[in-house]
Amino acid sequence: MALLTSSDLQAIGLTLQVAALTTVILLLVGTPLAWWLARTRSWLKKPMGALVAMPIVLPPSVLGFYLLVFMGPNGTVGQWTQSLGLGLLPFTFAGLVVASSFYSLPFMVQPIQNAFANMGTRPLEVAASLRASPLDAFFSVVVPLCKPGFVTGAIMCFAHTVGEFGVVLMVGGNIPGVTRVVSVQIYDHVEAMEYSDAHRLAAVMLGFSFVVLLALHVYNDAQRKGAGA
Amino acid sequence: MKLRIKNLTSGTVALVFSAVCLADQAQVAVAANFAEPIKAVAAVLEKTTGHTLKVTLGSTGKLYAQIKNGAPFDVLLAANTATPAALESDGLTTPGSRFSYATGKLLLWSADANKVDARGDVLKSGNFRKVAYANPKTAPYGAAAVQVMDKLGLTSTLTPKLVQGESIGQTFNFVHTGNAELGFVAMSQVLEGGKLKGGSMWLIPQALYSPIQQDAVLLQHGANNPAAQALMKLLQSPNIKDLIRSYGYDI
Repeated sequence: MALLTSSDLQAIGLTLQVAALTTVILLLVGTPLAWWLARTRSWLKKPMGALVAMPIVLPPSVLGFYLLVFMGPNGTVGQWTQSLGLGLLPFTFAGLVVASSFYSLPFMVQPIQNAFANMGTRPLEVAASLRASPLDAFFSVVVPLCKPGFVTGAIMCFAHTVGEFGVVLMVGGNIPGVTRVVSVQIYDHVEAMEYSDAHRLAAVMLGFSFVVLLALHVYNDAQRKGAGA
Repeated sequence: MKLRIKNLTSGTVALVFSAVCLADQAQVAVAANFAEPIKAVAAVLEKTTGHTLKVTLGSTGKLYAQIKNGAPFDVLLAANTATPAALESDGLTTPGSRFSYATGKLLLWSADANKVDARGDVLKSGNFRKVAYANPKTAPYGAAAVQVMDKLGLTSTLTPKLVQGESIGQTFNFVHTGNAELGFVAMSQVLEGGKLKGGSMWLIPQALYSPIQQDAVLLQHGANNPAAQALMKLLQSPNIKDLIRSYGYDI
């Protein structure tokens, strides 16, 4: 008994790929950004903080529209990617990852930034007095201390990317195996009135979201208890 | 004197109320290809009768699903004949209200003035990155595009280059922004005052796809709505037919 069609499975695989890649990219990009936001005294801190948080409040259609305009052949980003020989980003897997990275940025940056801020400067001062290099101090002191922030950021970023819909609908072009992620596949099923297919895939998403959020709560609770003991 | 002013005010109030009652509003579901003409039609309707329209655009298939699930539309202007007929057999329309208001034409269009030649050979040349079409499951213009590619024997070579808009409106946007160099769009989307707005186009020969006959139907919800009834009547008047023709439709 095949519960999901092969195109459903393809959409699930694609979604997991986009989400995983976005999470890795945002861990690499978001960590220095979160560090800067947590430590800087520059006047730029507040505008940058607001900019990072914007995808939370912006309608995905706004993000999708701008991405389509800027990544298109007449847009600045589009001309730049073309001059690098990368072609244009809309309707491509890479384009989807770029769009998702903007879309999920705050979900990665904010938990990590909070963890950095809560840690304070003391552990770094101690590490420096023990002659640890900044890089060494970061990996052997900051990362372990701020692990809950990284874990929360990564999980939220992954889950939020899986749940992305509006932006993909606008810049994806609905190409099977390239940009047709689960949320779009469900939309397509509903549009074509294939309700039983929509039901099955929607149930998968429902289960997934619940399990992820439950796991996150259990993890955070365990961390808090561990810290309290 | 005081009394007279009072009388006057209540008279004015009554007048305003009767005007409100006379001018009704209809909620109209419109296939995306008809986005431009419906604005002009709505303007004429408001000018001649005072009735106003609230327009919801989308692919015909999407609008059908919405109506079947109880969306409060009074009129459907579809991009095919099958959907209004299906609604009729579902008992969701006012019997006998269905008629054809336009026959649409499919174009291959590019925002680039030098991209599309008059015979559409660019499709065979493969000299482009992406070609957009509307989702054939829900958009009749998308289904027509599939027929064209099939008739030209280009389905397999074009497949890797296809991108799909969820309606003909989004498809046009993909081409308009240049993200897709080519696209199968509706003639009404690229015409302004009977002339090509910009870019380059190939008017696809009718032999390559079945005519896109578009039917209007008065829905159950709008059976007693004067604005909806007025719109149905207006769409059949000679003046409006000329207006619709100016957007590249046949009637």
